[in-house]
Amino acid sequence: MTAFTSLPAAVQALIMGSAVLGAVVGILAYVTLLERKFAARLQSRIGPYRVGPHGLLQPIADGVKLLLKEHIEPATADRPVFNLAPVVFLIPCLLMFGLIPFAPGIGVADLDTGVLFFLAVASMEIVGLFMAGWGSNNKYALLSVMRAVNQIISYDLPFLFAALVPVMLAGSLRMSDIAVAQQGLWFIAYPVLGQLAFIAFILTAVAAENRAPFDILEAESELVAGFRVEYSGMKFAIIQLAEYAHVLGASFLGALLFLGAWSGPGPIWLGPLWFLIKALFVFLLLTWVRWSFVRIRVDQILRVSWKLMLPASLLLLLTTAAVIVWRTPHA
Amino acid sequence: MPEVRALDYHGSERLTMNMGPQHPSAHGVFRAILTLEGETVVGVDAVIGYLHRCHEKLAETLAYVQYPSIASKTDYVAAMSSELAYVMAAEKIGQFEVPKRAQYLRVLMGELQRIASHCLWLGTWCMDMGGALGGGATIFLYCIRERELVLDLFESLVGARLLYGFHQVGGVRYDLPEGWTTQCRSTVDLIEQRLGEYEAMLEDNPFFTMRTKGVGIVSKELAQDIGISGPLLRGSGINFDLRRNQPYSSYEDFQFRVPVETDGDCHARYRVRMVEFRESIKIIRQILDGLPEGPISSRPGVKSLAQVKVPKGEAYARVEGPRGEVGCYLVADGTNKPYRMKWRGASFSNLAVLPHILPGCSVADVVAIMGSVDPVFGEVDR
Repeated sequence: MTAFTSLPAAVQALIMGSAVLGAVVGILAYVTLLERKFAARLQSRIGPYRVGPHGLLQPIADGVKLLLKEHIEPATADRPVFNLAPVVFLIPCLLMFGLIPFAPGIGVADLDTGVLFFLAVASMEIVGLFMAGWGSNNKYALLSVMRAVNQIISYDLPFLFAALVPVMLAGSLRMSDIAVAQQGLWFIAYPVLGQLAFIAFILTAVAAENRAPFDILEAESELVAGFRVEYSGMKFAIIQLAEYAHVLGASFLGALLFLGAWSGPGPIWLGPLWFLIKALFVFLLLTWVRWSFVRIRVDQILRVSWKLMLPASLLLLLTTAAVIVWRTPHA
Repeated sequence: MPEVRALDYHGSERLTMNMGPQHPSAHGVFRAILTLEGETVVGVDAVIGYLHRCHEKLAETLAYVQYPSIASKTDYVAAMSSELAYVMAAEKIGQFEVPKRAQYLRVLMGELQRIASHCLWLGTWCMDMGGALGGGATIFLYCIRERELVLDLFESLVGARLLYGFHQVGGVRYDLPEGWTTQCRSTVDLIEQRLGEYEAMLEDNPFFTMRTKGVGIVSKELAQDIGISGPLLRGSGINFDLRRNQPYSSYEDFQFRVPVETDGDCHARYRVRMVEFRESIKIIRQILDGLPEGPISSRPGVKSLAQVKVPKGEAYARVEGPRGEVGCYLVADGTNKPYRMKWRGASFSNLAVLPHILPGCSVADVVAIMGSVDPVFGEVDR
């Protein structure tokens, strides 16, 4: 550790960044398998089973298959936009992981505005998404991104408010401070406020991640595949990777804000593992919601957001502020 | 480069979108040319005929002993009911007698078929609303699991799982094998229990209610004008069921309730079908309890094509299929083949209601309404 810390800061960040990126991509591949297995069990199926023992090599097989596929560009597509979109989509989704401290001192950048910057980066995905839908020059894709812009604007606010409750309880936007503040009591265990905020966080995360039942922009039964209807091969794989990265990023955020990040029994070096397990737990919660509900309509989604989620989360935030003021001993 | 996105900027912006013929929610091959303003449908042009297979012409070239198994292929999700309509028309012309046991077996198969068909409807409809990568797929797989059990019953009886050829002029071709009754009882018991689970999963779910209540309303007057039938008609508040209003094949022997809902929306149609599930199970139990002994056909088993000759005449027979009234009009000229045949497909008539109810809906509602109409395109195009 001392050898590492004696290196120049830029080199440290580079090494740490590469390590995190490699780990995240590896985890993401298996997160897809986890979701498929989980969904299969939910639907009384077995799930991937043929490739490797219990289908453990399935993500690799999928990756190889998508790599070998032909690159197809629609003749009428706006080619630069169409080809650039997956990359623009992927970058903010991976950038999210650069902001998370996986254990004390392990992480690329622990900013003092960590949570705020994380949420800002997370909502950047809409740019890539809109480029994908617009550049495809496809009517289904166009309808899809029209929905996407509506939905992401509506749900980022309640998502932000729900995420700000633990921030207020911890009194800091820095992610490591929030984690340290939960060493005694995880914020999900904070009386009433913690549970309500966690529920609000899960609900808005599902919507902000465009997962079913809020996946109106993919909506394959209406819009075939929405904004990615024209994508195939590796470009499709990148979009898929970015979506899963985004969901996993939000899961890590949930685990950090509510479930005490790396705290857990055992030696200190188990911390990142605990963090990962908690993040996967949040991920499975999102997955559970996804595979249980029918999709709702875009106008209904907007109504739920502006008339229910937004006032409710704002009220929660104000109540949290009041509780904090009330509990702070006056000098 | 040609200008592709041709929006009319002079008035309100309109977008013409092809939904189908290849589309995840086309339920076969159906093409709806939608005119959209934003997400709202303002015009629908429905195109059918992609699955036309000359069924009516084919019937003129096939003998009475051959066609029942081809009749299965009109409505392939409910093959038993179209077979029954065909043989009933032939029996009506020739005034062939059908033994009581055969009549009961026909009802038994008809009701099992209704359960199997409604299972597929519920699954695909929820998949239309919930997506193949979401909660809809979960319901779909549950429903398919139950449908498989019914198809297992058909398989052990006939040997086929989808297209049966079970009926013949004058009766049925197969009698129940040993142990079938027990298997049938346990299957319907299981399905009855699972129905409660589906209802709990769907009706306690506010999203499902939001998507179905008040969507795609078919008024009583419209229902009568268009001539829709089956669960659609009963969902619009008209109390009509051929099984009760014009009993055939000994339906008068059984006690059952005909569900009627007055709302006329997707939810009403869903409720009607869910009650029909249970009523079918009730009928099946009554048959299994009181199945008379005796022959299963008034005519010997099929040996040659010329075996069944129907005297000159014409007749229309109709049965209540899972999707509504399945009718067969038959003109016989005294030989072993009909002179002319005409199908009345329930899905075809029901589908005609779409252009009346789709305008004003959003794109998401189009698939929900399509699914609640439950068309089978084999029957629409024939």
